[in-house]
Amino acid sequence: MKLIITSLEQGLIFAILGMGVILTFKVLGESDLSVEGTFPFGAFIFAKFVSMGFNPIASTALAFCLGTLAGLMTSTLFIKLKIKPILAGILTMTMLYSINLRINGKANVPLFNYDSVFDSGSTLIILIVLVIAIKLIIDLFLKTETGYLLVATGDNETLVRSLGVNSNKYKVMGFMLANGLIALSGALMSQYQGFADITMGTGVMVVGLASIIIGDTIKKNASWFKNTSRAIVGATIYKIMGGIAIDLGLAPTDLKAISAFIVIAFIAYNNVALDLFGKASKKEGRELNVKGTKPIKEF
Amino acid sequence: MLKVQNLSKSFNVGTENEINLFNRFNLNIEEHKCTAIIGSNGCGKSTLLNMIAGSVPIDSGEIILNGEDISKLKEEERAIHIGRVYQDPSLGVSPALTILENMSLADKKGEKFGLKRLIRKENNEKYEEILKALGLGLENKLNTRVKFLSGGQRQSLSLLMAAMKHPDLLLLDEHTAALDPKTSHVVMRKTKELLSNYKITTIMISHNMKDAIEYSDRIIMLDKGEIALDKRSCDVSEEELLAIYKAKLEEQIA
Ligand SMILES: Nc1ncnc2c1ncn2[C@@H]1O[C@H](COP(=O)(O)OP(=O)(O)O)[C@@H](O)[C@H]1O
Ligand SMILES: [Mg+2]
Repeated sequence: MKLIITSLEQGLIFAILGMGVILTFKVLGESDLSVEGTFPFGAFIFAKFVSMGFNPIASTALAFCLGTLAGLMTSTLFIKLKIKPILAGILTMTMLYSINLRINGKANVPLFNYDSVFDSGSTLIILIVLVIAIKLIIDLFLKTETGYLLVATGDNETLVRSLGVNSNKYKVMGFMLANGLIALSGALMSQYQGFADITMGTGVMVVGLASIIIGDTIKKNASWFKNTSRAIVGATIYKIMGGIAIDLGLAPTDLKAISAFIVIAFIAYNNVALDLFGKASKKEGRELNVKGTKPIKEF
Repeated sequence: MLKVQNLSKSFNVGTENEINLFNRFNLNIEEHKCTAIIGSNGCGKSTLLNMIAGSVPIDSGEIILNGEDISKLKEEERAIHIGRVYQDPSLGVSPALTILENMSLADKKGEKFGLKRLIRKENNEKYEEILKALGLGLENKLNTRVKFLSGGQRQSLSLLMAAMKHPDLLLLDEHTAALDPKTSHVVMRKTKELLSNYKITTIMISHNMKDAIEYSDRIIMLDKGEIALDKRSCDVSEEELLAIYKAKLEEQIA
């Protein structure tokens, strides 16, 4: 039981990361690989502010705000300097590595002595409320005029420009929001585990993708089952499965390989198996058919 | 209405693949008329429209729309005055969104996009009516994603969306070329209806001479960056156009 709750809590923290990853990978259809730098970035920003005496809620909010700058960086690199998005993300991630070490001047900051957002009640309930609130805000946002332009930018930039709108602005916005959420997720994780660490970002990109992929396989064609819900369900299932695997004797360090395997298996199924067996019509077979998005196919 | 003056455009300058497409090219488009542009493959028809719309930069010259030089404006700034339909039926719509969502977006063209809900129930009736006039039964499919529509349906929707806010200028680039002959005919007829209802100034590129003659008011043939023919459509026959083509072809071979 303890195991399930711990996994659920971690899953909810990763659900926020997953919702961020969805904005870039699925809504905009661009690969943002800066995630592994942005996640600890959020943690270190939180550590910095909370250790300066800011209250934990403000410090967490600041992690979100400053996290958006990572998205601004990546999108500027690929829009203004025409660097391929994948490389732009890697460059941002690499820069963030050095920046993260600079923020507090060390690679590991213990946070046990500081307040956290989880102090005010049950961790699980706080996380559930927070995650649902974020989900609802994103869902509502995607229904606004601006939100639809974000979706349309990922779907057909030509159309967006023909509406008299600069589609690049919406790419920047999507990247900023996504990175803000990922930094927020990192800030929460550092409070949950009691420290910020430079290595905490390693592999989170793949965890995020695995979560989305798991979420996508559930009720594939139900359009009422929104992307955001998929990220939440996917991340929690992923973490619970991981928790059970560890309980069965697997080393926690093996989980990263497993998450990579989930991603490989799914994409291979989508790219190779469907063609091999001629399953489903080409038109629909490849589509994850999730509202307003494309399948993850970049890799 | 639209004046293209001294327009020059080359590609791959300084390489062995250098193409000098236009050299001090001039063109005058009349208001409320549909001007068809024909010409052999690669003669620069699409590039001309792209330069007018701003998706391809010009080397020099002026593009004057309603008395204002728009050649320095960005593509999205020009888009407020210019509607486009492309050869590829997916380019004029957002395939992942529904018909209703697509039309609601098109209806806000040129306005500010804020944090209000995009879909407003009170507009549904208006969109249904527009779609009904199209006569393809799309009015019953408002909540269908556009990617599930046929090419002809998509292209008709693109056309509606491009014309919805009555742009000063509509650019059609072989917009029926990717469709089968029957669908192509239907879309052409819809185009004609729409243009005469809204009186939109139009430039239509066509590879089909018959269509060009039938559906336009004026025909311009482009050749090597020059206007090789410029006549009222009613004064021109398919035979005449074909004869010119043939002569040019023979000239090339000789
Ligand atoms: N971006 C580009 N770079 C280099 N050459 C181009 C480019 N766009 C068009 N061209 C060349 O310009 C010529 C005219 O192309 P296009 O305008 O598409 O012709 P059309 O639409 O009349 O068939 C072609 O030879 C084409 O190869
Ligand atoms: Mg062309």
